[in-house]
Amino acid sequence: MALLAFHHITKRFGSLIANNDITLSLESGEVLALLGENGAGKTTLMNILYGHYTADEGHIEVDGTTLPPGSTDAAIKAGIGMVHQHFTLAENLTVLENIMLGTESLWSFSQKQSPARKKLAQMSKDYGLAVAPDTPVSRLSVGERQRVEILKALYRDARVLILDEPTAVLTPQEAESLFTTLESLTKQGFAIIFISHKLHEILRISDRVAVLRRGQIVGSVATVDADRSSLAEMMVGRKVERPRLAPMPIGKAVVRLEGVTLQNRNEVPRLDQISLSVHQHQIIGIAGVAGNGQSALADLLSGLSSPTSGTFELLDQAVTRASPANIVHRGVGRIPEDRHHSGVVGDMTLWENLISEDLRVPPVSRGGFLIDQKACMKRAEKLIEQFDIRCEGPEAETKLLSGGNMQKLILARALSPNPGFILANQPVRGLDEGAIAYVHGQLLAARQRGAGILLISEDLDELFSLCDRIAVIYHGKLTRSFDAKSVTAGQLGLMMAGQDPGDIELPSGQTLEQAKASITDALQNQGTQTHAD
Amino acid sequence: MLDIIDILVSAGFWAATLRIVSPLILGTLGELICERAGVLNLGIEGIMTMGAMCGWMWVYMGGDLWSGVLFAAFVGALFGLLHSGFTVYLGLSQHVTGIGITLFASSLSYYVFRMLLPDATTPPKIIPFQPYKIPFLSDIPIVGEALFSQTPLTYLALSLVPAVWYVLYKTPVGLAVRMAGENPMAVEAQGINVLSIRTGAVMVGSAFMAVGGAFITMSAFDAFYFGMINGRGWICVALVIFASWRPGKALIGALLFAGLDALQVRAQQMAGAIIPYQFFLMLPYILSIVAMVIMARRASYPQALLTPFRRGERT
Repeated sequence: MALLAFHHITKRFGSLIANNDITLSLESGEVLALLGENGAGKTTLMNILYGHYTADEGHIEVDGTTLPPGSTDAAIKAGIGMVHQHFTLAENLTVLENIMLGTESLWSFSQKQSPARKKLAQMSKDYGLAVAPDTPVSRLSVGERQRVEILKALYRDARVLILDEPTAVLTPQEAESLFTTLESLTKQGFAIIFISHKLHEILRISDRVAVLRRGQIVGSVATVDADRSSLAEMMVGRKVERPRLAPMPIGKAVVRLEGVTLQNRNEVPRLDQISLSVHQHQIIGIAGVAGNGQSALADLLSGLSSPTSGTFELLDQAVTRASPANIVHRGVGRIPEDRHHSGVVGDMTLWENLISEDLRVPPVSRGGFLIDQKACMKRAEKLIEQFDIRCEGPEAETKLLSGGNMQKLILARALSPNPGFILANQPVRGLDEGAIAYVHGQLLAARQRGAGILLISEDLDELFSLCDRIAVIYHGKLTRSFDAKSVTAGQLGLMMAGQDPGDIELPSGQTLEQAKASITDALQNQGTQTHAD
Repeated sequence: MLDIIDILVSAGFWAATLRIVSPLILGTLGELICERAGVLNLGIEGIMTMGAMCGWMWVYMGGDLWSGVLFAAFVGALFGLLHSGFTVYLGLSQHVTGIGITLFASSLSYYVFRMLLPDATTPPKIIPFQPYKIPFLSDIPIVGEALFSQTPLTYLALSLVPAVWYVLYKTPVGLAVRMAGENPMAVEAQGINVLSIRTGAVMVGSAFMAVGGAFITMSAFDAFYFGMINGRGWICVALVIFASWRPGKALIGALLFAGLDALQVRAQQMAGAIIPYQFFLMLPYILSIVAMVIMARRASYPQALLTPFRRGERT
């Protein structure tokens, strides 16, 4: 008998059918991957299992016993543990407090901290998940927080562990260490449901893949019988190919950085003597492990900070004291790293977000201080159509958009004025395959039109498929750029781990996997890699 | 200057400070419990008025003092239930609801008072709590007179500080309350009902506030009249921030404010001829603002304060 079985689960939110007649089962010791695009209903299904939501139809059995619907408590008691995508931790409380919550009767007169501490220490050892119990969660890195979430579930004796997009917030190295943990857990008989839309992760970790599309299970295959393209096709429902760039001659330089340093008083420089130029019809990629100065570079190029020393030329004019408005009006399109945080204002409407870079420019503005709403709406409608933003109209609240559509909104705002230079910082982070192909297509089209593009990414695959040249950023220093056709993943990997490009032999034929392994090794030798979030 | 020192070492000054601090401590602890669970309770001013009226009226109608305190606490809890009904279950604005509760509860107190005692011209009186000298301890010079010759309600207020600290930091239910104020989803994800935790905290906190109000009519004075809470509730709200949501610091803050208040009364008598007495009346408030500005910069708010939690909703 299956450890866990969903029977004909259906869940509606208003007119939207989030889950439609889903039947699925899970054995112990198995990793089941739940694959699907954003909004396919993966999280909804897991929230039903964990008791956050109540299904409209159908039921769930654990060990042959029906799980009472809508009760998180019952789900926990049945051995279900969930690691939410947005961690459910209280940051001002300690690790131990977070783990102990709900494990004792609420009305007991005191907490039994020392046995809990002992049990936690034993578990940390058994599963290789080290945490300091008395540290406040706010001081932990993202990877450590996830470890606490996993321990929280294991502490409640979970046998089924749900991981909702666990790698979305992790660096490649942290993700790799998570996979090691998961492998050891399955060996000990735990069953794991792994939610993701990243194909290579699913192929790496799962035993079986169930594909969800628009709330329905469209396929279920053993992972050994699956490959990237078949899964992608099942997930999207059609063949999706990420576009690749075609070579073309470059034009004049649009951005020129010469010995630029960015430094707060008495601190380690965020950017250290970097030089870089981006030309028309050219995409320059910046590779690097997160936290090595990418955000400083993005701040500089989007006008949020001015160089401490060095020269910054933008479209033939020197930039001395930058401001975002100044940068935008000189013809820079900006795609920020975190769309929710600095890309859009979620509580405002689509049209308001679409015009937010042109508040004092006609036709949005009349006389510099009145907003011409009619003109704004007209422009918003045009952009919604042109960039295929799926929404209820320009008056809809922006936070209701899916990740992909929110990114289309940002593309519409950044690309529609035909900027001469485009800064794309992690433009496809957290997007599904269809949306990734769309964003890449738009960037390539902008290059075709004559824009120069700087693409900051942690994903080497993305850089190789889009960039003319690639440079590596490490501890605020930037290497010279290399021709993307002749540099290998292995070489980039070594530079990402801090090797000087001059020392690098040319180990041609090294695969991406080997390169990643060498990055991991280098980071471990380095010992003190911290993840700045 | 020497006069000030004379005041500071006099038993009368400290006795007055403890008398003034008692309702503030009760109110501040009450507000602190609510906010620790993530609910701002601006109904405090009204709930204290209600407590003052109810406790007094109970005794005036022939009940005994302690059951009067319990009655005040019960009515306070009811208003807490009302507040959480709007803010916790319906997720309405905590500011607006709180102000509404204050307006409603204050007016209702005066209305009920007038309805029951339509003919009273001079405020009628009860026999309030009397000072209880703790044997032996009250014989210690100065300290004995200041600390151990208070009314039982003051002893209660002071002993509630460590009690609230213990419950918040050392018991499972206290952990759940703090967690509900930090991240309600974390509470939900561990199988505990966030709405009950928050409602319970608001009811208990409101009961504390009402007892704080009752102290004024049943211990500090012996009558109920209009405007008698006189902004003490708002002081408590500020004290919670001053205290960074910690019971021990709340006691220190309340003592500081009460001490300044006791001091200004005495300073008025001393220097009243030269400096207008209004200046001394302002003093505790001005110094509180200064202290607040200094302390609040380092305050770490409960992260889910003011954030309603709705179960089973898409986020």
